[in-house]
Amino acid sequence: MLSIKNLHVVIDNKEIIKGLDLEVGAGEVHAIMGPNGAGKSTLAHILSGRDGYTVTQGKVLYKGNNLLSHTTEERSHKGIFLAMQYPVELPGVNNIVFLKEALNSIRVANGKKAIDSIQFMKLIREKAEQMKIPAKLLKRDVNTGFSGGEKKRNEILQMAILEPDLAIMDETDSGLDIDALRIVADGVNSLRNKNRAMIVITHYQRLLDYIQPDYVHVLSDGKIVRSGTKELAIELEEKGYGWLSQGAAA
Amino acid sequence: MSASLENVNELIESGYEHGFVTNIASDTIPPGLNQETIHLISAKKNEPEWMLAYRLRAFHHWLTMEQPNWAHLKIQPIDFQSISYYSAPENITGPKSLDEIDPEILSTYNKLGIPLEEQMALAGIAVDAVFDSVSVATTFRKNLAEAGVIFCSISEAVKDYPDLLQKYLGSVVPHTDNFFASLNAAVFSDGTFVYIPEGVRCPMELSTYFRINEAKTGQFERTLIIAEKGASVSYLEGCTAPTRDENQLHAAVVELIAMEDAAIKYSTVQNWYPGDKNGKGGIFNFVTKRGNCQGDRSHISWTQVETGSAITWKYPSCILRGNDSIGEFYSVAVTRGKQQADTGTKMIHIGANTKSTIVSKGISAAQGQNTYRGLVRMSIRAENARNHSQCDSLLIGDQCGAHTFPYIEVSNPTAKVEHEATTSKISDDQLFYCRQRGLSEENAVSLIVNGFCKEVFKELPMEFAVEAQKLLAITLEGSVG
Repeated sequence: MLSIKNLHVVIDNKEIIKGLDLEVGAGEVHAIMGPNGAGKSTLAHILSGRDGYTVTQGKVLYKGNNLLSHTTEERSHKGIFLAMQYPVELPGVNNIVFLKEALNSIRVANGKKAIDSIQFMKLIREKAEQMKIPAKLLKRDVNTGFSGGEKKRNEILQMAILEPDLAIMDETDSGLDIDALRIVADGVNSLRNKNRAMIVITHYQRLLDYIQPDYVHVLSDGKIVRSGTKELAIELEEKGYGWLSQGAAA
Repeated sequence: MSASLENVNELIESGYEHGFVTNIASDTIPPGLNQETIHLISAKKNEPEWMLAYRLRAFHHWLTMEQPNWAHLKIQPIDFQSISYYSAPENITGPKSLDEIDPEILSTYNKLGIPLEEQMALAGIAVDAVFDSVSVATTFRKNLAEAGVIFCSISEAVKDYPDLLQKYLGSVVPHTDNFFASLNAAVFSDGTFVYIPEGVRCPMELSTYFRINEAKTGQFERTLIIAEKGASVSYLEGCTAPTRDENQLHAAVVELIAMEDAAIKYSTVQNWYPGDKNGKGGIFNFVTKRGNCQGDRSHISWTQVETGSAITWKYPSCILRGNDSIGEFYSVAVTRGKQQADTGTKMIHIGANTKSTIVSKGISAAQGQNTYRGLVRMSIRAENARNHSQCDSLLIGDQCGAHTFPYIEVSNPTAKVEHEATTSKISDDQLFYCRQRGLSEENAVSLIVNGFCKEVFKELPMEFAVEAQKLLAITLEGSVG
């Protein structure tokens, strides 16, 4: 599904990603862990097409095609979804209206018919119930005045509605208490299936207690320095990231 | 909202779609303004002596006045002698039935999306369409007459209802009020007259579409709306004008009078030609709008969506004379390209327990300059009067400007005045978020801007709210990036 080869990314003349390789297959869940400043969010942004980043070397193939030549919205239309670390507020923009516009933009771009309001309301009620999202949250403006937990739940609801092929979750666990974390993780788990790939970016191992990854990668100083299975995450939690750089040096 | 968004792309392609010229023979008097011009206008309209006398008084007063320059606007000098002060489609001296009207004119309205026949049948809106200076069609007059409502052109009213006109014309905006109001009083061409008798709720929304067609023709409408004791009316005004290279002056006067327990709601959507990218052409929109809450518990509400005109200078105001009377002002003003707007309101609290609400949303894009200017005056008798003002500005891009000049004068210690103001920008984060969810940039801007304006749009009648959203989408096309 996703193949990243020798990726180098520069922001403001500073190299942040320094030769990153990653292969993600359909149905797989990959966790990317790493200390602050390792380039985790940069990776999320470069995959979703945020402006301001320059790729100096390497390539990114998505479903066999060059991903980097597409605009942000085209990538979204092709099934890439980024659950943001800091979901922005859109004052005055109703959550339901926003989601319907998003879904229909994606549907129309893929040659499908736009869904009407009645069908959409049915869909969103069903998904909101699954995600344990109260109806009153739907009626409010997008993320406006939402608590940290509500914002993250809203991201997962959007993911459930938009049904991406590749979902990237950027520090979805940050700012969540344990109950909120569990609800969000349950939501994510319910969206796992054999066709959908997920990249879960996190600083802490904690999230991985709830979302069990197939693979764990450690990103440090712009490169993946270690890859393994869930056990790697546990080892990391015990020994800290310092252990890794020592290990790398040895 | 979603319905309008579906049409956005189609609309964006269309540029300034109202930029066409109707080819019909017009009766236009030569440019220039002097006492003779006033006599000529009055004669063309077969006006009674008192009307001519009023015009002449206004004209002589106007000669003593200077064009105001206090607004935050850059205005090229206007040559008042190069403007023609009267233009009427030939062969039309007053409203006729639809089938008698020049098909060219009807097709103009069709291009504007206001098919009269359809509106008559479907929307239940009575339309008094002002085509240049003479009303060419008045619909639904009969139904309204049954309710006792008078809805006609001001020229007809001058002839048919001279007592009402002599009593109320200029009673809210005197002919000495300001430079452009005096000019209007001297040369006003046509406009609308509405009279709602005591206790009558007007059975339908009243509507007027204005259009400026003839090159170099100033348009000087005059609107007078009177709601007697316990009466209520909602009036919609929509404005579009075809593309012209030279600036066209539009100096209208609107007067509203609300008696005891009466309510008047006046809504405007204005999308006159704003000029081209370099600021060439476009309408000068210098309008005086004022409502008099004469009676106790009367209520006047102004809602405006201003997306057009090269320069907008208007301050729809309320004089809250009656005790417990209410004044409201809801405004969205958009400037882009080289557009300038200096707009706001005046709330003059005279009666006790009077209340006013101001919600102003200014949107500036490209090199647009947007100014809110408002006055809240609590006079000495205004016991327990209250005002709440909220002025929000939204900036798109880094070359535009937003300015706020709130004037507050309080002479009564029990009065309460609150003013809130915010300035925000559409952020890159917001755009990225929307685009990551599949929305195009245009669609994203449209959603965010409509969200910003929601408080005002919800005050508009339904059909107008949809039109206003479409207009915003067209107006802001390509403003980002």
